[in-house]
Amino acid sequence: MTALLSVNDLSVRFGGVRAVDGVSFDVEQGEVFTLIGPNGAGKTTVFNLISRLYTPSAGRIVFAGAPLLDRAPHEIAGLGIARTFQNIELFENATVLQNLLIGRHTHRRTGLASELFFTAKARAAEVAAREAVERVIELLELQHHRDAVVASLPYGARKVVELARALCTEPKLILLDEPSSGLNVEESDDMAFWIDDMRRELGITVLMVEHDMTLVSKVSDRVLAMNHGQMLALGSPAEVQRHPGVVEAYLGEPA
Amino acid sequence: MRFLFKTSYLQDIRLVKHGGQAFWYGALVLALLAAPWLASEYWLAQLTFVLIYGVVGLGLMLLSGFTGLFSLGHAAFLGVGAYTEAVLAGAGWPFPASFAAAALVAAATGVVVGLPALRVRGIYLAIATLAFAFIVVEVFARWESVTGGNAGKQVQALRAFGWRADADVPFYFVCLAVAMLATLAILNLLRSPTGRAFVAIRDSEVSAQSLGIHLARTKTLSFAISAALAGLGGALYAHKLKFLSPDQFDILQSIDLLLMIVIGGIGSVHGAFLGAIFLITMPQAIAIAKDVLPPALGQAPGLQGTVYGLVLIGFVLFEPLGLYGRWLKLRTYLQIFPFYRRGMFRRQKSFLKSDRLR
Amino acid sequence: MQALQIVISGVAQGCIYGLIALGLVMIYKTTETVSFAHGELMMLGAFAGFALMVLLGWPFWLAVVATVVVLALFGIALERVAIRPILGQPAFSLVMLTIGIGYVARGLVTMVPAIGTETHALPVPYKDQTWSVGGLVLNVEQMVVIAATAVLSALLYAMFRYSKVGIAMQASSQNQLAAYYMGIPVQRLNGLVWGLAAAVAAIAGVLLAPITFVYANMGFIGLKAMPAAVVGGFGSLPGAIVGGIVIGVVEALSGFYLPEGFKDIAPYVVVLLMLVVRPNGLFGERLRKKV
Repeated sequence: MTALLSVNDLSVRFGGVRAVDGVSFDVEQGEVFTLIGPNGAGKTTVFNLISRLYTPSAGRIVFAGAPLLDRAPHEIAGLGIARTFQNIELFENATVLQNLLIGRHTHRRTGLASELFFTAKARAAEVAAREAVERVIELLELQHHRDAVVASLPYGARKVVELARALCTEPKLILLDEPSSGLNVEESDDMAFWIDDMRRELGITVLMVEHDMTLVSKVSDRVLAMNHGQMLALGSPAEVQRHPGVVEAYLGEPA
Repeated sequence: MRFLFKTSYLQDIRLVKHGGQAFWYGALVLALLAAPWLASEYWLAQLTFVLIYGVVGLGLMLLSGFTGLFSLGHAAFLGVGAYTEAVLAGAGWPFPASFAAAALVAAATGVVVGLPALRVRGIYLAIATLAFAFIVVEVFARWESVTGGNAGKQVQALRAFGWRADADVPFYFVCLAVAMLATLAILNLLRSPTGRAFVAIRDSEVSAQSLGIHLARTKTLSFAISAALAGLGGALYAHKLKFLSPDQFDILQSIDLLLMIVIGGIGSVHGAFLGAIFLITMPQAIAIAKDVLPPALGQAPGLQGTVYGLVLIGFVLFEPLGLYGRWLKLRTYLQIFPFYRRGMFRRQKSFLKSDRLR
Repeated sequence: MQALQIVISGVAQGCIYGLIALGLVMIYKTTETVSFAHGELMMLGAFAGFALMVLLGWPFWLAVVATVVVLALFGIALERVAIRPILGQPAFSLVMLTIGIGYVARGLVTMVPAIGTETHALPVPYKDQTWSVGGLVLNVEQMVVIAATAVLSALLYAMFRYSKVGIAMQASSQNQLAAYYMGIPVQRLNGLVWGLAAAVAAIAGVLLAPITFVYANMGFIGLKAMPAAVVGGFGSLPGAIVGGIVIGVVEALSGFYLPEGFKDIAPYVVVLLMLVVRPNGLFGERLRKKV
């Protein structure tokens, strides 16, 4: 079975620093694949390369059979890749509902003319978009935040809105960048459930960066450990956690 | 207190959300339609100016308020529209055609001016728009065969298929129609994907891109629509003033337009018109105050500039949401009386974070 | 020979732009505010010099020093009263605030009876003098401008190089809250920078006054300092001076060699070209958000 996402020998340099150095992995359809590693290992950089915010100096990325590197950043969502950001990139001055509606942008069917005059077609498209957004709101239990301006929401709620917005694009692959950072135990549990829901009910493949090992062990199928931009270990969560190189990277060498 | 019981998504999507809004906006429309018979000639002329500046303000509000692209040279588009209209009206074009042409030429200029926006942001973009504005005004002054240069250009009356609108009342209705159509168009735009894309670009370009928004195309579109509205306003402006000269579109006019949207309330459609009302009535208020103040103060030539500056500073410091914001607070107070709390609209104390890293 | 003469004259004018741009860049580096009031600060400096020299009859050097001190204090007061309260708000609001301040300054000066609406000459000791060097006839007023700019730049360079103020400024502008945490006295720093910028503008005003005379709308010359700052790269202090000189020279040359009207728009054409070719200016740096 061909993988949904295939990363091959990916490298990028910023000045003299090799942020990502020869990383290769495949993500199969329907699996939850996690990148772990200490800070600065290059995990978010891999995400930025897949989102085409950076251009690699070497390597290939293939998504759903087509090469990704000739695409511009704004075409990624249309191909079915959504992402969340480590430091939350929501539209602060808009309401949660507006943020989610913007997430429906790739499913837009109306042109400028029908929007200016708000024809029946535009009206129907708006109602359809709202219905799709409401389904996501129900899934992530955001009803009471619907009309809140994002800037007024607490951190945990914003993380959920960021996830919701990514889901509104109806992606095939979702890139989650540290979904549980800053969340308390209860919220992390909810996040684990949602990641599982995404895979099982919505059929979305999940590629995530995560530090919380409990969450990683609970939901991941396979894990890739990285350090200094290079691959350390690739396998099931248990295998990777036992790998001596991984232990050393996180805990240091024995004295 | 009003409780809205929502039964369908259309209620949220509709422009007129409930009976109360329908009543008040309906009353406003009726009042505007009846204005020629209710208001004196002088006030009708002022109202016409408010409508014209409101249309231009809508354009600038779209660009700077909703898309976050700061434009310091918007008067240039006003001028492009005005001169295009003057030339075409002089050549005998009927006004629907010449208006459309003025809007299109202004939109094309907007696209050109918007090109730097695709590469640079923030203050650099503002200075680029300023630079373009100076160049455009200089072109007005030098291209004498078309614009009449510094000597100015007469503008023919508004005309279409035999109907002339050079009297005040028919011209007022033309302005009213244009203003209403422009407002409806902008409101429609804002509740549809394109409008939301503009807001997305304002707040976070990176995530806008990751959601599929084509940055360059959307920014260019924003410039084009904004310039087209300014051009349309300029066409009306040309007929109102009946005489154009390049210095009517200099940097002071651009700053007046910015003043208008800041004081009206950035980020709201109402703000464009409230700001226009402010811009037109302020000179009247100053003129009235001149009689009250001691002569040293009242007759001084710098009074208008000082007052404008003080009002602008006052609004930025104390009422960043502008006149519309103040009205919202008042309305909330009345709506939820006596439960209004002073801190409801308070902005959190914010610390400076670099805009370059946005 | 004539070309050289024009270039020198352009350099002098460019130094004025550069000095104002210097103040702009200093303020931008510290608070990320673009001050559109800087031209008006220069105008106030010129008027203060005029008031001291002509109305009060003070000797030249005393008047200059006093002008600088007065404007510096004014800059500090301005920062305290108007800028500090809204420092966290979007850049747009801050720019509008400075535009408002400019309006008020211009309006208030115009309102001063008899003096505000007239054009005045500033009686500097080197007024209308010329030197003959080689085949060149050099205008002493312009030479003074160039010399003063050089001295001022050297002083400021030394100050920023050998003290921590430069780094503190950068820290404060990139993340004010973190700067507070690091023990940087942010508010004092902001006040200092505004005072310094105002003082530089005052010197520019006094230097410019013999050449263009003192009048209320002098501040509009400050608008050309914006392109100067952009050309130099908005975050770079030496860039401001260099940018100013580039603009001044281009302006002078286009005034002489190109048809009428090009002189006025020359700075703006240059800035547009610069934004196309090198958006971050000659010495600017490309900052990018890391997500």
